[in-house]
Amino acid sequence: MPALLEVDDLVVDYLTPTGRVRAVDHVSFSIEPGEIIGLAGESGCGKSTTAHAILRILRPPAQISGGRVLFKGRDLVQMDERQLREYRWNHISIVFQSAMNSLNPVLSVGDQFVDMIRAHVHSSKSDARERAMNLLQLVGIDRTRIRSFPHELSGGMRQRVVIAMALALQPEIVVMDEPTTALDVVVQREILQQIEELQQEFKFAVLFITHDLSLLVEFSDRIGVMYAGELVEFAPASRLFREPKHPYTVGLMNSFPPLAGERLTIQGIGGAPPNLANPPSGCRFHPRCSHCTPSNPALYALQTRVKPELQLVGENHTVACHLYGDGRER
Amino acid sequence: MRYLVRKLGFYLSALWIAITLNFIIPRLMPGNPADTLFASFQGRMSPQQLVALKASLGFTSGNVAQQYVTYLWNIAHLNLGLSYSHFPVPVSTVIADDLPWTLLLVGLSVVISAVLGTLLGIIAAWTHGSKFDSLLPPILLFLLSFPAFWISLFFVYIFGLNLHWFPTAHAYAIDQNISLNWTFIGSVLYHAFLPASVVVIITLGGWVLGMRNNMISTLAEDFITMAQAKGLSEKRVMLMYAARNAILPQVTSFALTLAFIVSGQVLVESVFSYPGVGYDLVQAATLNDYPLLQGLLLIIVVAVLIANFVTDLIYVRLDPRVRQEA
Amino acid sequence: MALTHPNTETAIATPLPAIQATGVSRLRRFITFLLENRKAGLGLAIILFFVLVGLVGPFLVPYDPSQIGVGPPLQGPSSQHWLGTTQLGQDLFSQLVVGTRHSLMVGLLVGLLSTLIAIVIGMTAGYLGGLLDDILMLFTNVFLILPFFPLAIVAASYAQAFNIKGLTVIVIVLTLTGWAWAARIKRSQTLSLRSKDFVQAAKVSGEPWPRIILFEIMPNMSALVAASFIFATIFAVLGEAGLEFIGLGDINAVTWGTILYWAQNNQALLLHAWYWFIPPGLCIGVFAVGLTLVQYAIDEIANPRLKAQRIPKLRGARTRNASPTASATQVEGSTDAGIA
Repeated sequence: MPALLEVDDLVVDYLTPTGRVRAVDHVSFSIEPGEIIGLAGESGCGKSTTAHAILRILRPPAQISGGRVLFKGRDLVQMDERQLREYRWNHISIVFQSAMNSLNPVLSVGDQFVDMIRAHVHSSKSDARERAMNLLQLVGIDRTRIRSFPHELSGGMRQRVVIAMALALQPEIVVMDEPTTALDVVVQREILQQIEELQQEFKFAVLFITHDLSLLVEFSDRIGVMYAGELVEFAPASRLFREPKHPYTVGLMNSFPPLAGERLTIQGIGGAPPNLANPPSGCRFHPRCSHCTPSNPALYALQTRVKPELQLVGENHTVACHLYGDGRER
Repeated sequence: MRYLVRKLGFYLSALWIAITLNFIIPRLMPGNPADTLFASFQGRMSPQQLVALKASLGFTSGNVAQQYVTYLWNIAHLNLGLSYSHFPVPVSTVIADDLPWTLLLVGLSVVISAVLGTLLGIIAAWTHGSKFDSLLPPILLFLLSFPAFWISLFFVYIFGLNLHWFPTAHAYAIDQNISLNWTFIGSVLYHAFLPASVVVIITLGGWVLGMRNNMISTLAEDFITMAQAKGLSEKRVMLMYAARNAILPQVTSFALTLAFIVSGQVLVESVFSYPGVGYDLVQAATLNDYPLLQGLLLIIVVAVLIANFVTDLIYVRLDPRVRQEA
Repeated sequence: MALTHPNTETAIATPLPAIQATGVSRLRRFITFLLENRKAGLGLAIILFFVLVGLVGPFLVPYDPSQIGVGPPLQGPSSQHWLGTTQLGQDLFSQLVVGTRHSLMVGLLVGLLSTLIAIVIGMTAGYLGGLLDDILMLFTNVFLILPFFPLAIVAASYAQAFNIKGLTVIVIVLTLTGWAWAARIKRSQTLSLRSKDFVQAAKVSGEPWPRIILFEIMPNMSALVAASFIFATIFAVLGEAGLEFIGLGDINAVTWGTILYWAQNNQALLLHAWYWFIPPGLCIGVFAVGLTLVQYAIDEIANPRLKAQRIPKLRGARTRNASPTASATQVEGSTDAGIA
């Protein structure tokens, strides 16, 4: 049986006046039904671009230059506009980072539910409204709020509205693109809890995108870590938490205090993300990697010249790093 | 309500400033303004005319403060004095006769320009990067660069005098009487066609470019991506999500262009001898009919302010964020 | 009066990039950009052409523009009289060339003066804020909303009665009616600059405010000032022509506007003397086009987002084989009503 969603060798380029910039570089992973997949990395690493590519909502100058996105075996990259319209929201929906900006300021919440429902389901206006009110109730918002305009709702409420909207047609996958980043910590927690509860109830799969790795660890089943457009590590959440392999993953882990648990000293990662228009040779992380020093000339040459491939280092655990495999260290 | 009250307060103060400017301008002239002004009319005017003229400009008895109060009092009672060039017809009568024609012409051209311009702007943004989209702005900018009165001259020459397609003057055919039948309405529209076209031409560019640019920046918003991800049809995304939001700044900037439209209108009416207040204004200026000039300026200012207030009301209807506050 | 829709102006109201750049390097970059940009190049060429005609032309014209009877009356273009003659037998080509000088002088002078007023009022209001800001902006908004042309007609008509002759009247009237828009834009720009670190630093170090305005804020507004100068000049050239066309100002001065006034008053249209009224109108229009082109190029400097703006097009969602469509687009920020 094929995976629910399979991202296969996906390549996304930004066509800039000065040339191609590869934002997503041959990324592959799959999502099983009901699974929560986390995708982590610094801003600009290509995680949001990957999510947008999956819904085919990339805007020029971004374009899918290669690979396939298979939903139950059907390639989305080959779909035409009409097929896409049918696929979007029915099967896969998305929650954006900023709910304020993802709601149309001049339409009432109800109207925005209704036009979405009626774009997919044969339904009268009043039925669609009824359905919208039930959805609002589901996320803990008063039914009468259906008449409200986005600016009349608080940030947390708006994000709940957007989540309710994403669940409206019971899609198999919900993409969450940093859904809580714009909110304060308390509200963040509430929303995450809500997402978890809803997920338990409706069993949809989630692709959760964030720069906060610690958040993913307690929340998701499997986690992918992206760096400079590439997937550098992919592992079950508990495994990744216990033994992160890639030095970048280790760095990310140390960048955030865990939401629960003891206090730790926070260590950031030195340096800045690379310029994707002109990425470093070899391993893209090598300029920032503490394990990359000329003191080990053979390894250093490898790190600076040869691109590491993803390799299996444990059960369901892959990593792209020269420190592992081929009988080298560890 | 607060929003509209605040706006209304602003318009009232604008009106007051305009009226006061009207009072001050003749007094700003060098020397002893009243004497100089009226000396130039000696012999050209009857004594009654001179008295009427003085009264309408506020040169009444008493000191300046008293004069100012009398002046305001007269305006409040729509007592604008007697026209010198139409003596002894009151200024208010002249204006009442001609204002409807101006309103017709402005109304017609503004509606056409707004509807057409907004549509073209939407199409241009929708087909961004197409030939249509890349050719339209430069053409419009080119048209915007010519004085309205010169375009009027050009139209009169080409479409009136050479091709004989349209009449070159007046609001309706001389053999017609003002009445509400189709022949008359037809004649009015026929006569309004060229002048209205000129006003449309000089205002269209603003609508098109404004709408196009607003649309393009609105299309970059998240809620457009979201609407698209929701699987809505392209038409719905474009109209209810993009255009519906992009039109808001258009409404506000329309209020700001009113002054430009009215200014263009004045000379267009003059070239086409269209019997509106703009034509009167030019006539009054060349004949030094100051009472009429003052009255016309006043009525134009009031009209522009009312139009602004109506625009605010429309804006409040269109934008829920302001509606709540209003 | 066809003026560029103020809407196109608002793009400038957004903060300038690279704020910290020094005035000199900014100016150099600015000039380099103008020279490299195709639109600006064409615009500058047009402006330069007219300036050159205005400077040198009057010394080279074949006839005295006001001299009556240098040719037969109302003659079409010929080798003697390139643009024909008036019904008094004046040479129209000479009038057009000499008129260029006067029209440009008035346009540039008004542009300069109203930009100065706008700078003083806009920057003072924006920088000092408070009650003064409220009062100045109320005044500015009133001027913005009042129909300037009728106002100009009334003022010019009075001036005429007092025998204030010459182009002075036109300059004063147009300056007084033309500064408001630019003042508002400058105010909002100053407001946003005022909160920037380098201005705050200067404030803390005790620099007096006129100095801060002149040396800290002004250099960062060069593009804006240039754009509004151009806008004011377009306004002035068109406004001047309009006022002169109806005989206000000095009808004996030779300008583009007065040529049109005499053409209209002598029934040039009915007499089919197209060569009398077409060329001056074309000059006004082409000169305004030149200015507009430069103004648009400056918009692009002031707001590089416009230039780099890629096309968010829905159809573009189908991404394979999409070609890069790099077109510089004018995108504007929201128009703030800002009234009251």
